[in-house]
Amino acid sequence: MEAIFYIASAVAILSTIMVITRYNMVHALLYLVVSFLAVAVIFYVLGAPFIAALEVIVYAGAIVVLIIFVIMMLNLKQESVEQEEKWLTKRVLVGPAILCIILLGELIYILSTSDVTVLDGNQVDSKEVGRSLYTTYVIGVELCGLLLMSGIVGAYHLGRQKKKVVHRFLEKTEE
Amino acid sequence: MNGIPIEAGLIVAGILFMLGMISVLIRRNIIFMLISVEVMLNAAGMAFIVAGSKWMQADGQVMFIFILTMAAAEVSVGLALILQIYHQLKTLDSDAANKMNG
Amino acid sequence: MELIWLIPTLPFLGAFILIVLNSRLSKGVSAAIGSGTIGVSAIITLLAGYDFLSSGLESFRHVAWEWMDVDTLSIAFAFHLDALSLVFLFVITFVGFLIHVYSVGYMHDDAGFTRFFAYLNLFVSSMLILVLADNLVLMYLGWEGVGLCSYLLIGFWYEEEKNGYAARKAFIITRVGDTAMAIGLFMLFMSFDTLNIQEILTKAPQAWTVGSQTAVVAAFLLLGGAVGKSAQLPLQTWLPDAMAGPSPVSALIHAATMVTAGVYLIARMHVIYELAPLAQTWVGIIGAATLTIAGFSAMTQWDLKRVLAYSTISQIGYMFLALGIGAWSAGIFHFMIHAFFKALLFLGAGAVIHALHNEQDMFKMGGLKDKMPVIYWTFLIGAASLAALPLITGGFYSKDQILWLTWASDKGNIWFFLAALGGAFITSIYTFRMIFVTFFGHEKTHIGHMPGASMTIPLVVLATLSTFGGFIELPHTFGHVTIFSNLLGPVLPNVVLREGVESSEPVIQIIAAVMALSGVYIAYYFYQKRSDLLPGFKSAIRDTYNFWFGGWGFDTLYNNLFVRPFVYIATINKNDVVDKFYTGLVRVSEFFNRVFVRTQSGVLRWYIMGVVIGAILILTLSLFVNP
Repeated sequence: MEAIFYIASAVAILSTIMVITRYNMVHALLYLVVSFLAVAVIFYVLGAPFIAALEVIVYAGAIVVLIIFVIMMLNLKQESVEQEEKWLTKRVLVGPAILCIILLGELIYILSTSDVTVLDGNQVDSKEVGRSLYTTYVIGVELCGLLLMSGIVGAYHLGRQKKKVVHRFLEKTEE
Repeated sequence: MNGIPIEAGLIVAGILFMLGMISVLIRRNIIFMLISVEVMLNAAGMAFIVAGSKWMQADGQVMFIFILTMAAAEVSVGLALILQIYHQLKTLDSDAANKMNG
Repeated sequence: MELIWLIPTLPFLGAFILIVLNSRLSKGVSAAIGSGTIGVSAIITLLAGYDFLSSGLESFRHVAWEWMDVDTLSIAFAFHLDALSLVFLFVITFVGFLIHVYSVGYMHDDAGFTRFFAYLNLFVSSMLILVLADNLVLMYLGWEGVGLCSYLLIGFWYEEEKNGYAARKAFIITRVGDTAMAIGLFMLFMSFDTLNIQEILTKAPQAWTVGSQTAVVAAFLLLGGAVGKSAQLPLQTWLPDAMAGPSPVSALIHAATMVTAGVYLIARMHVIYELAPLAQTWVGIIGAATLTIAGFSAMTQWDLKRVLAYSTISQIGYMFLALGIGAWSAGIFHFMIHAFFKALLFLGAGAVIHALHNEQDMFKMGGLKDKMPVIYWTFLIGAASLAALPLITGGFYSKDQILWLTWASDKGNIWFFLAALGGAFITSIYTFRMIFVTFFGHEKTHIGHMPGASMTIPLVVLATLSTFGGFIELPHTFGHVTIFSNLLGPVLPNVVLREGVESSEPVIQIIAAVMALSGVYIAYYFYQKRSDLLPGFKSAIRDTYNFWFGGWGFDTLYNNLFVRPFVYIATINKNDVVDKFYTGLVRVSEFFNRVFVRTQSGVLRWYIMGVVIGAILILTLSLFVNP
C-alpha cells in the first residue's frame, strides 16, 4: 500500500517540477493535470476516496479546463513562448530557491520533532463526510454557496468588454 | 502491512507547496502565476487530508472541500481579471501593471 | 469711592474701542473718546479723592474680581486707594487729560491719529493700574503695560527705522530692570507667602531685623526695577533716544508718569527700604550720581528735546536722592511739581518744533520771544520752575526742600548736599541756556504756523499749576505750611532731622537761591552777551565736551560690553546650529522614505516576495526564539 503512496508522490513531485519549468502554457497545464491525478491517487491511499474523486472532477476537470479556455481566448502566438523563454532564466531561480528551501527546512524540522504516527489506511467514506458537512459545518456550506455566487457574478462582470464608442471622425486614428 | 508515516504525507505536501511558491516567485507571466497558486492550494489541501486521515475524522476532508470551492471561485474571477489586463495592457507581463508605485 | 475701579477701566475701554474701530472713526470722534475717557477719569478721581479725604480713612480697598487663587497665593484685581496713590492718580489723570487735549492739535495732520489716542489711553490705563494696585502682581501688570505702550509710542512713526531702534532700546533696557524686579517679587513671596502690598508692609518689620540680608537683597532687586523704568544709573541710556517719539508722548510718558513709576515703587515699599539701610543709601547714591551726570550732559546738547530728556533724568535723580535720605514726602512733592513743569516744557517744546516744521536744533531757532508770546511765557514759567528760581516758582519749594533735607536729615551727608547743590547750579545753567538760545536773538528759522487753541490752553493751565502748586508746602521760614506732608502722613513716615539743625534752614535756602540766580546769569553771559566766547571755550574743553555730549560714554560702554559680543555670537551661529538639528531630523526621515519607497514598486513579484520573506521570518521566530 505504501509503495503506491511513494510512487504516486514521486510522480506528483516530478510533474510539478515539469509544470514550473515549461515555457509553453499548454504544456505546463497538461503536466498539471498529471500532477493532480497523482495527488488523487495519494488521497485514495490515505483513505479519502470521495475527495480523490472530487479532486479529479473539480481540479483537473474544471479548473484546468477553465484556464485552457482563457488561454485559447487570448489567442497567444509563438512569440509568447519565446517571451517566456526570455523571462525564465536560471538567474531568477536563485533567490526564490534559497527562500523556499529555508521554508522547507523549517517545515521538516517541525515535523521531525514530533512523534511518529502511522496511518493505517482506514477509509473515511463519503457518507461520513456528507454527514459532517451538513450538520457540523453547514454554515461553511452556506458561505461557500455565497462565495460561488459572488464568483460567478464577479467573473461575468469583470469579463465583459464594452466596445469603446468612438466618434466616426476620430476613427481614423485607430488602426 | 505497515502504515504510512504521517510525516511522509506532510513532507510531500510541503514539497509541493514549496515548488508552487518557487514558481510564483520566478514567473513573470500572470497565467503561470495563477497556475502556481493552484499548485500551492492543492498542496495545502493535501496537508488537511493527511491530518484528517490521522484522526480518522471527516473534518479534514470537509476543509478540503471548502478549499476546493474557494480555489474554483478564485480561478474564475482571476481569469476574468487577466482578460481585462490583457485587453488594457496588451501584454501578459505582470510588471506592466505597476502604476501604483512610489 | 466705590467707583475707583472705573478710573483705570475707562481709558482701557477707550483704547479698546479705538483699536477695534480704528479706521471707521472720524478724527473728531476719536479725539472725543480719547480725551473724554481721561477727562471722566479725572472727574472720578476728584470725587473719589474728596470722598476719601472727607471720610478720614487711611486707606480704602476695593476688590474687582479674583484673578488667581493657587495654594497660598491669592491675587485679585483689587484697588487700593490711599494718600500716595491719590496724589499719583491726580497727577496722571489731570496732566494726562491736558496732554490729550494738546495732542488733538499736535497730531491733527498725522495719519495715525486714532492709533495714537488708542495707545495713549492704553498707557494711561496701565499707569493707573500700576498706582492703584493692591498687590505686587497687579502692579507688575501695570508696569509691563506701560513698558509696552512706551515701546508702541516711541516707535509711533515706525516708517523711520531709527524710531524703531529707539523703541527697541527703551524696551530692552527697561526689561533688564523688570527682570530684576520680578526676582525681587519672587523673593518677597518666598519670605512672606503673599504679594499683597499692605500685608508685606506689616509683616516685614516682624520678620526682618534692620539690615537683614534678605531685606537688602529684595530692596536692591526692586531698586533694579525702579532704576530701569526711571532711567537712572546704570540704565539711563534709553531716555534720550526715546525722544524719537512725538512730543506729547515725551511729555506724558517720559516726564510726568512712566519714569516716575520707579519713584512710586520705592515710596510704596518704603518699609522694606527702611529695613535695609544699605539699599536706601544706594538709592540716594544713585540719585546723586545720576543728577550730576545728566546735568553735565544736558549742558552740551543741541537738540531741544534731548536737553529736556537729560533734565528729566536729572530731576528724577533728585527724587531718588530724596527717597534715599528718608525724605519720602519731599520726594513725592517734587514728583508732583516736576510733572507739571516738565510736561509744560515738553509741550512747549513740541509747540515750538511743530511751528518750525520739525526743526529740533536749538541753535537753528531764535527770536521766537516776540513771535510766539504765549508759548514763550509759559515756557519761561516752566523753565523758572525747573531752575527753582526763588519764591515765585513751585520748583523752588520742592527742590529746595530736598536740598535742605540732604543737609538736615539724619541719613543725609555732605556729599549728597554738595551734589544736590551743584546739580541745582547746573540745572539753572542749562535751562536758561535753552531759553536764551531758543527764544532770544535773531530768527534763524521762519515760523510755519502758530499753534492753535487746543495746544496753548493746556500750556497755560500747566503754567498756572507750576507756579501755584508749590504753595501747598512751605518751609518753616515762610510760614510752615504742611498741607502736602500732612496728606501723606498716614502713608509715608516723616523725615527724621539731625540734632539742632533747624537754625541753618534759612542759610541753606539763601545758598540755593544764589546758586539758581547765578546759573541764570552765567547762561545769560555766555549765550547772550558774550556769545563770542563760546567757541574758544568749547574747543578748550573739547574732549570733555564730547564725553558729556555722549552721555558719559555709557552708550559706547554698553555697545562694547553687550551688543558687540552678542552680534559676534549671532554671526558665528549664522547657519544656526540648533536649526541644523531639526533639519537633520527631516533629512533622516527623508532618507528612510527614499529607502522604503522602493518597496512600493508596483511590481507584483516584489510583493509576493515580501509575503514569503515575512512568512519565513515569523516561522523562524516562533520556532527558535522563545516558544
